[in-house]
Amino acid sequence: MTTASVPLPNWISYGLIPLLNLMLAFFFSGLVVWAIGENPLKALNFLIQGSLGRGDAIGFTLFYTTSFIFTGLSVAVAFHAGLFNIGSEGQAYVGGLGAALAALALDHYVPWYVTMPFAIAGAAIFGAAWALIPAWLQAKRGSHVVITTIMFNFIGAALMVYLLVNVFIVPGKMAPETRTFLPGGQLPKLDWLMGLFGLDQGPAPFNVSFLIALVMCYLVWLLIWRTKLGYEMRTLGISPSAAIYAGVPYVRTVIIAMLISGGLAGMMALNAVNGAAARLQVEFVAGAGFVGIAVSLMGRSHPVGIILAAFLFGILYQGGADLSFEMPSITRDMIVVIQGLVILFAGALEYMLRPTVVRIYQQFVKA
Amino acid sequence: MEFFDIFVSILGSAVRLSVPLLFTALAGLFSERAGVFDIGLEGKMLAAAFASACAAYVTDSAWMGLLAGIGVSIVFSLVHGFASITNRGNQIVSGVALNFIALGLTVVLGQAWFGQGGRTPQVSGEGRFTPIILPGADAMREVPIIGPLYVNVISGNNILTYIAFLMVPIAWWVLFRTRFGLRLRAVGENPGAVDTAGISVAWMRYRAVIVAGFLCGFAGTYLSVAQSAAFIHNMSAGKGYIALAALIFAKWKPVPVMLACLLFGFLDAFANFMQGKSVPLIGEVPVQIFQAMPYILTCVLLAGFIGVARAPRAGGVPYVKER
Amino acid sequence: MRPLHIRNSKGRRLSLDPSTVPAIELVGIDKKFGPVHANKNINLGVAKGTIHGIIGENGAGKSTLMSILYGFYQADQGEIRIGGRPTVIRDSQAAIAAGIGMVHQHFMLVENFTVIENITLGVEGGPLLGQSVDRARVELQRLEKEYGLEVDPDAVIEELPVGAQQRVEILKALYRGAEILILDEPTGALTPAEADHLFNVLRILRDQGKTIILITHKLREIMAITDTVSVMRRGEMVATRATAETTVEELAELMVGRRVLLRVEKGEANPGAVLLSVTNLTVKDSRGVTMVDNVSFEVKAGEIVGIAGVAGNGQSELLEAIAGIRKPTSGEILIDGQPVAGLDASRRRDLGLAHIPEDRHHMGLVLKFEEYENSILGYHRDPKYGRGALLDLDAIRADAEEKIAKYDIRPPNPRLKTANFSGGNQQKIVVAREIERDPKLLIVGQPTRGVDVGAIEFIHRRIIETRDAGKAVLLVSVELDEVRSLSDRILVMFAGRIVGEKTSDAGEQTLGLMMAGIAA
Repeated sequence: MTTASVPLPNWISYGLIPLLNLMLAFFFSGLVVWAIGENPLKALNFLIQGSLGRGDAIGFTLFYTTSFIFTGLSVAVAFHAGLFNIGSEGQAYVGGLGAALAALALDHYVPWYVTMPFAIAGAAIFGAAWALIPAWLQAKRGSHVVITTIMFNFIGAALMVYLLVNVFIVPGKMAPETRTFLPGGQLPKLDWLMGLFGLDQGPAPFNVSFLIALVMCYLVWLLIWRTKLGYEMRTLGISPSAAIYAGVPYVRTVIIAMLISGGLAGMMALNAVNGAAARLQVEFVAGAGFVGIAVSLMGRSHPVGIILAAFLFGILYQGGADLSFEMPSITRDMIVVIQGLVILFAGALEYMLRPTVVRIYQQFVKA
Repeated sequence: MEFFDIFVSILGSAVRLSVPLLFTALAGLFSERAGVFDIGLEGKMLAAAFASACAAYVTDSAWMGLLAGIGVSIVFSLVHGFASITNRGNQIVSGVALNFIALGLTVVLGQAWFGQGGRTPQVSGEGRFTPIILPGADAMREVPIIGPLYVNVISGNNILTYIAFLMVPIAWWVLFRTRFGLRLRAVGENPGAVDTAGISVAWMRYRAVIVAGFLCGFAGTYLSVAQSAAFIHNMSAGKGYIALAALIFAKWKPVPVMLACLLFGFLDAFANFMQGKSVPLIGEVPVQIFQAMPYILTCVLLAGFIGVARAPRAGGVPYVKER
Repeated sequence: MRPLHIRNSKGRRLSLDPSTVPAIELVGIDKKFGPVHANKNINLGVAKGTIHGIIGENGAGKSTLMSILYGFYQADQGEIRIGGRPTVIRDSQAAIAAGIGMVHQHFMLVENFTVIENITLGVEGGPLLGQSVDRARVELQRLEKEYGLEVDPDAVIEELPVGAQQRVEILKALYRGAEILILDEPTGALTPAEADHLFNVLRILRDQGKTIILITHKLREIMAITDTVSVMRRGEMVATRATAETTVEELAELMVGRRVLLRVEKGEANPGAVLLSVTNLTVKDSRGVTMVDNVSFEVKAGEIVGIAGVAGNGQSELLEAIAGIRKPTSGEILIDGQPVAGLDASRRRDLGLAHIPEDRHHMGLVLKFEEYENSILGYHRDPKYGRGALLDLDAIRADAEEKIAKYDIRPPNPRLKTANFSGGNQQKIVVAREIERDPKLLIVGQPTRGVDVGAIEFIHRRIIETRDAGKAVLLVSVELDEVRSLSDRILVMFAGRIVGEKTSDAGEQTLGLMMAGIAA
């Protein structure tokens, strides 16, 4: 019989094997660094120093972490329902529109904490709306959500460029972006939180969105493992035939799962638009939606895993910037390579090591 | 005649813009017809573009560039095959991963080797595929209608353009007139039938993804040493996904693939032409509409409003020998 | 080489000439899948130019045996001899080379290919298709003429009727030079006329010297077409007979076997109001084949109605239609007097339906879930398990623990992953969940498939208790003993129809003949 059916203890399946896969990804990353003539360990040191060594570095790291938590949760929620949402990137982009509209409409009149719920709702609703058509096509027409969400990433990008260039642009300016929000439309920085740990985040854009992200982690955990809807989503995701047996409504569950997924992706805009830039810019998502795929795969679609994985990618994104400064021969794009390798080893090659591990485990058990 | 001249020039540019789409969509055709979904087309094209530009610069030969592009692209294909055929991993995840690796690695290596921010040095002369003036182009110039079409659309393209369009009948012939093609199509529809006929499903699929890598090598080379003269960061710019859209839009058939690529190339050329121009009564038409059109059309098709796009039946599913 | 011993029921040696070498011979074939002993020491010889039937119920090991012959599996022990020569069949290519052709139950055809493309796939005769296809066309015409296997070589498979698709499968084997043809349940999807056509073809093939092995669970086919027949039961080859010297009765008995009768103590039924009423129900499967054909019956409170039948005669589809999993083509189903058309499985549960599905792995359980999560599958919207949108895990786990204790589910750990329970305990999880709902109507499919003896008795008792509590029970099982010992009334299904009704004291043979479609 094949080794696929041999039961392994949870700590091996969910702990050791993912860890080994991750180590393989980093080993190959190190190989790339070594191949271009730099010392991987030295590079690692720069990476850590650059991301965790100073208050502002930590601030930036946590800022990136925040974005990746949102997109990671987005991919994870869809994944639990058996759907592969590659559209978080586009959903986050369009979500920015909702977040910005709330800020533009209210920032003259009210303080930030009044605007915030509207910005959250705007970001989530616009992000969800961008997932609606792919969701409907999957549920009703059977068009594969992977393909349609890819298409919608591009359609969303075209739409946003059009709106920024032709509608939101500040007259007389060249940059395709909205006006800068007043403080009433921004999300304030978390200096006080950093201060608790004796850190000064300086210019880092670490902001209230981080707390919203943590709340979302809790809500997603609640949704997936503590609600009836989450139970239905998991049933559908693991066993479509058992879902039919149990009377789980397919169309409704697929559409709701995708709407939640799109909404979470959209909320990533809170961090980048309301929190950091204080304006809506072209391409502000900058690949965070795709990082969400890696984060979700690595975090095994569990909020705690996602926080850890998002933090790891936060370190990579911030530390990578510093690294390229210290070692000019390594550009920031190294983090994209690492991201790709993580997706390859933690995702596509997740079964590669299993037979070997099973063999070793069986020998160990016999002995 | 002014209108006609504009039309001819847009058409010429449409042909040139459709070439990388065509190579890539044909690559996807071979891979997906064999049951291996490939959203890593974008990454393969990009990696090939980089390898080509490097090799062409170093050897000063465009053909060596092509060879390098093909080689690197096939390596990416083999990784995809290793993950999705040998290890039965998720084909979509594998494709996404390879796209990132290509996107990052090209710049990292480019910077490390040439120090120009990820760009490769300009190639010129023998290092580039340059336009070929077909015989009689000068003589034809004055012939009405046919003349300008011949001079601007048919003639004056580089060798890769001609190869691209030649690949369409070749792809058709290979898929539908050879043993290899018969088995390739069978393995994407019912791998069980292929297996019981005594043919290795895995090896068949590996060969299909190698062909896909081969064709993506041409696409990347076209970008970096034919259309331009150097590699720049993310120069494929989503063309791999448009090619994927074209492939779906063409319902996985070679000749429709060519027509879809020409259509999408034409939309691109038309968008370039329309930039900043205003149409009577309507005003300025946003270029983004043309940019989004391939994706919108594909979604409309997928929704089942223009016939049915039936993907290869075993597509995306790892083959497990089982009864 | 072992000589071929074929004896009839009276023990007389048959007139087959033992000196001729059998076309194919199996010696001591043994195959295990983990704990399942699929083939136990199988010995079989088939003479050249004969049609040999292998009959047995589902799960008797027929398909495993044939998969070994075609190189899908390797036997753990034993030897295959082709024309007297020991032959190792490592893969399908080796089988083809040894002259074995297989017609699979589920056709191995590429649906959007033409007939000729399917036939030449793998034996194209050259890298280019043009000429080799022309050559194939000539050869095909010869085969068609010789064996009466007419099909249009340029037709696309998916546009052909099932019978013609099967002829393509046979042609495929013959085109590869098969001398031994194995057909696995070949009439499963055929109309009676198509089946007759197939039998004619098989006779012609035999008369031309081909050796044919026919695997089936249909006695009628065995009697109609085979020369010799072997009976398999629970992985063993229990008898081999010359067809002319055996009877349907004997084969039916050999097939079912004298099992340890698990009689369950039960009192008289006390039928009350009609709780399930099925009228003129017709169900088609995804291929459009009619699986349930105009079926009508009722089940009353306080009785167990059993549906007997050989697997594949429409019982599964009938259950699924009642449960709301499969949409019927026509007809009406009333649960407790309410029409249920258009209601999904969960709405039907609200009306008092409980369903123990035939396949616990794919339907009744989500194997990756922990035990307590499966203990609410289908009932998770019940306020008992949490008000509003939330699940009350404490209540669910307490409830699960109660069922674990009451049903003696082992290990008694609601946090254990369901996949890690044994088959019997998994089934108890399903049974506990469905019966403890206190339903009005309980429908049960194969309640004890893959379940150990202790659990069988336990589950049987629960089903009877459910009846005694005044519920209506509909039971589907391919285990005739089970149907007989549990049911108050027995309906026999054959080819999608209910061919008769008997009381529980009906004889095994009577029922067996009805199940084989011979008597009503």
